Amino acid sequence: MTPSTNTPERSSRDVASRDTAGGFSRRAFLHGSGAVAAAATLQTSATAFAQAAGGGTSIVSGETTIELSVNGKTHSVKAEPRTTLLEVLRYQLDLTGAKPVCNDGSSGAATILVDGKPMQANTLFAIAMVGKQIETVESLAKDKVPAAFTACDAQQCGFCTPGFVVAVKAFLDKKPKATETEIREGLNGNICRCGTYVNIVQAAVKLVKGDA
Amino acid sequence: MAVEYSWPSKEKATQIGKRHTRLDGLEKSTGAAKYTYDINLKNQLIARALGCPHAHCKIKSIDTTAAQAVKGVVHIEPLRKVDDEIEWQGEMILVVAAESEAAAAEGCEKVKIEYEMLPSFTSEEDIAAAKAAKRTIKGGGKAVTVKEPGDDDDEDEFVTKEIERLLKEAAYTVDGYYGIDAITHSCLEPHGSTVEWQGNKLMVHLSTQNVSGTDEGFAKDLNITSDDVEVHCDFIGGGFGSKFAPDYWGIAAARISKATGRPVKFMLTRAQEQQLGGNRPSGYMKVKLGANKDGIITVWDSEHWGSAGAIPGGVSHTVVPYVFTPPNYRRLQTNLKTNTAQSRAWRAPNHPQASAMTQTAIDDLAAKMQANSLDVFLKNLGTDEKPLISGAKPSVYKAEIELAAKLMDWNAKWHPHGKGDKKGSIVEGLGMALHTWGGGANSSNCLLKIYPDGGVETTCGTQDLGVGTRTVLAVVLAETFGLTPDKIKVNIGSSRMPVSGPSGGSTTVGGICESHRRAGQDAFASIAELVGKKLGVDPTKLEAVGGRVQVIGDASKGVSWKEACTLIGMRPLEVNGSYKSGVDSPLSSKQVGGVQMAHVAIDRDTGIIKMRKFVAVQDIGLVVCRQQAESQVYGAVIMGIAAALFEQRITDPKTGSFVNAELSNYKLARLGDIGEVVVEFYEPESERSRGVIGIGEPPAISPIAAISNAVCNALGVRVPVVPLTPQRVLAALKAKA
Ligand code: FES
Repeated sequence: MTPSTNTPERSSRDVASRDTAGGFSRRAFLHGSGAVAAAATLQTSATAFAQAAGGGTSIVSGETTIELSVNGKTHSVKAEPRTTLLEVLRYQLDLTGAKPVCNDGSSGAATILVDGKPMQANTLFAIAMVGKQIETVESLAKDKVPAAFTACDAQQCGFCTPGFVVAVKAFLDKKPKATETEIREGLNGNICRCGTYVNIVQAAVKLVKGDA
Repeated sequence: MAVEYSWPSKEKATQIGKRHTRLDGLEKSTGAAKYTYDINLKNQLIARALGCPHAHCKIKSIDTTAAQAVKGVVHIEPLRKVDDEIEWQGEMILVVAAESEAAAAEGCEKVKIEYEMLPSFTSEEDIAAAKAAKRTIKGGGKAVTVKEPGDDDDEDEFVTKEIERLLKEAAYTVDGYYGIDAITHSCLEPHGSTVEWQGNKLMVHLSTQNVSGTDEGFAKDLNITSDDVEVHCDFIGGGFGSKFAPDYWGIAAARISKATGRPVKFMLTRAQEQQLGGNRPSGYMKVKLGANKDGIITVWDSEHWGSAGAIPGGVSHTVVPYVFTPPNYRRLQTNLKTNTAQSRAWRAPNHPQASAMTQTAIDDLAAKMQANSLDVFLKNLGTDEKPLISGAKPSVYKAEIELAAKLMDWNAKWHPHGKGDKKGSIVEGLGMALHTWGGGANSSNCLLKIYPDGGVETTCGTQDLGVGTRTVLAVVLAETFGLTPDKIKVNIGSSRMPVSGPSGGSTTVGGICESHRRAGQDAFASIAELVGKKLGVDPTKLEAVGGRVQVIGDASKGVSWKEACTLIGMRPLEVNGSYKSGVDSPLSSKQVGGVQMAHVAIDRDTGIIKMRKFVAVQDIGLVVCRQQAESQVYGAVIMGIAAALFEQRITDPKTGSFVNAELSNYKLARLGDIGEVVVEFYEPESERSRGVIGIGEPPAISPIAAISNAVCNALGVRVPVVPLTPQRVLAALKAKA
């Protein structure tokens, strides 16, 4: 029996109650939305790859030169079928905001936007990204999200921060009026080892309120 | 004229203690900050290590032929040789350097190694099995009794009898078992370096919390001298006590770079970071305690064990029981030798485990008495004149307990253990714990430059582990010169800079504040001398405030900061600031106390625990940057929540394999797991006047015990070993029923 269903909704400002809405789900505990999000990206990646490489047209092998659209610019890059988007970004384009932290996307540190959707650059094959609009944290230099993170001191070592910034950006683009409860439930795809979560919630709330 | 070093009063301070924006916050938030992993040098090779897949084995043969043939593989550096015994999983056997990550990884995969398997032991909690496997080593201990043995008594026998007698006479006794599993540092930026030889000089970009102290390590192992090494680290992606040394993989990177004539980037993989990058010793304890009718502990008798890896160590008995020092006690420590990587210092070494194993017993005493835990903790503090504790003063803890209780609304929410309301299968509970830590200032040097045009620049071989070092330095100097922090240029992160201590032991902020306030006050004295001469006033009557150097309290008699600096002359004014650790100083101090309280909810059907609210009250002497200090406490608490509820290194008892060495399986707290966290500094003038004290570690100590106690209060049952996983909660409930 899950108790969460008969727990009444409370105001979003009532922080103490925020986890009563759906917090006791066994599934949520076991998997965490991080793992779920990662699985989703993997699947998307595989599908995209199948479309790019498969489709009965061609089989790619060895190193090829491809064109990727990153932060509004087209770049000619070299990629093998196994080359990840993260490797291309970091080693060929010197865009090192997205970080290599995990292998399967469970940390969220390599969060980038593909056609506006948050994905993990380390779980995407570069050749499958041809024709897609890729945006990295570097494109958000003048955005309100990093400014809100800074105002709320939402970074300590800062290694998780770029990934979190992109995740918050994508989340609020989709849910610009998100309540604090929704923020706490919707940003579980990223890990911060230093523990900046309180500050990140503050930053996201600030952005919703428009005072960032 | 000797300068009297001091901090401005609360009323006078314009920067110190205020909320400040982290100076490098935007750099970190936009991906502009470059970490070691991010340094891409022209023509660099990527190195990747092949780790041993077994926990205990001997190398029979190594064949790298196929690896060498992999396209892109440039160099293979052996680290271990045939016949070497490997004592933990992940230990590096060799390193493959290649043109890309993928080629290096493929090279590793193609290496063929034969191993002879040896029996492994990783069952840290199982003391009987450890004894049977001859894996235990005496770790020390101590016994103290009020009654002294007679001349003819055998001391051990006397202590045993005396403790038995005291336990028998006690009004209440607790016979408990508590434990805490090993966890890993899990730095998000793995250990590693990007290195380059420039002629005979070695340039190392190292992910380190010890910028000034790692050059010697490289020099020693590479047969050069420290002046030929520059260690550089602008940003570090987490350390938590695990990144003090070059490590053998750092040396390997330098060797490969030398052999190939190319820069090398060698970062640990995620699995290697989890396996080798650092772990915290486990601890398991059997304890009997006795208390008088008021709940004051009269006798403590404990035996604990745990593992720090293949090189034995463990939770020191010197912090048992934690904070509390009963008049009669016996504590024994046994270390286990297990086939796991050597542990590394972890945020407040020994303290979190000691707290988790002993302050739980104290809470069980409250449960036994059906008393309010808060009262039992309070009673066992003693008084400032007759303390029953070590560390901070009883009066400090008392005040902090009151403050925390108010913020938690403890008294209104409190119920005796296991006697709270049930809403369906949900029960709630409160728990508390308290801690102490030194946090005295580290040694630190800096070079401060004041330019004739008013520019202020400092250079200091310190690092920013996440505390906001740059911001702290800017705030201290801005305060000293009556400027704003954005006017201060801060250079940190190189071993070429004036030596500053490693960031460990919560010593960084204290140390750098010492060197910088000293340099700042010295520099200001020189400038005041010049301004005094110009204005014809006593230089000791001048102050720097609001961008001006003026007569104290008289804005009309003064000059702007810029104008004052023109008096310096053509060349900048250079001042060295220096502080040696341990020297008594009006600017810094040590030994803090903190109190934390947890409010949890538990679903008895699933065993899932949710954080409702957490309150952390902490004294840290003088608060320098309020927002960053708060962030430190938030972070420490969240780390503690993770350790209490989720984190554990799981090894397979048969193979010794560390089975969850990936972040998808090694569960850490996420944003939705933390509940409401309230941070409050205890800072009356008596605390503020003590000067700066480090904050990094102390608040990371209590969360585990506080949460375990809250769970016990909710369930009426102790879940003995943390992390308090749903499985363990259900097992504890079942054992009781
Ligand atoms: S700030 Fe260090 S991991 Fe998030």
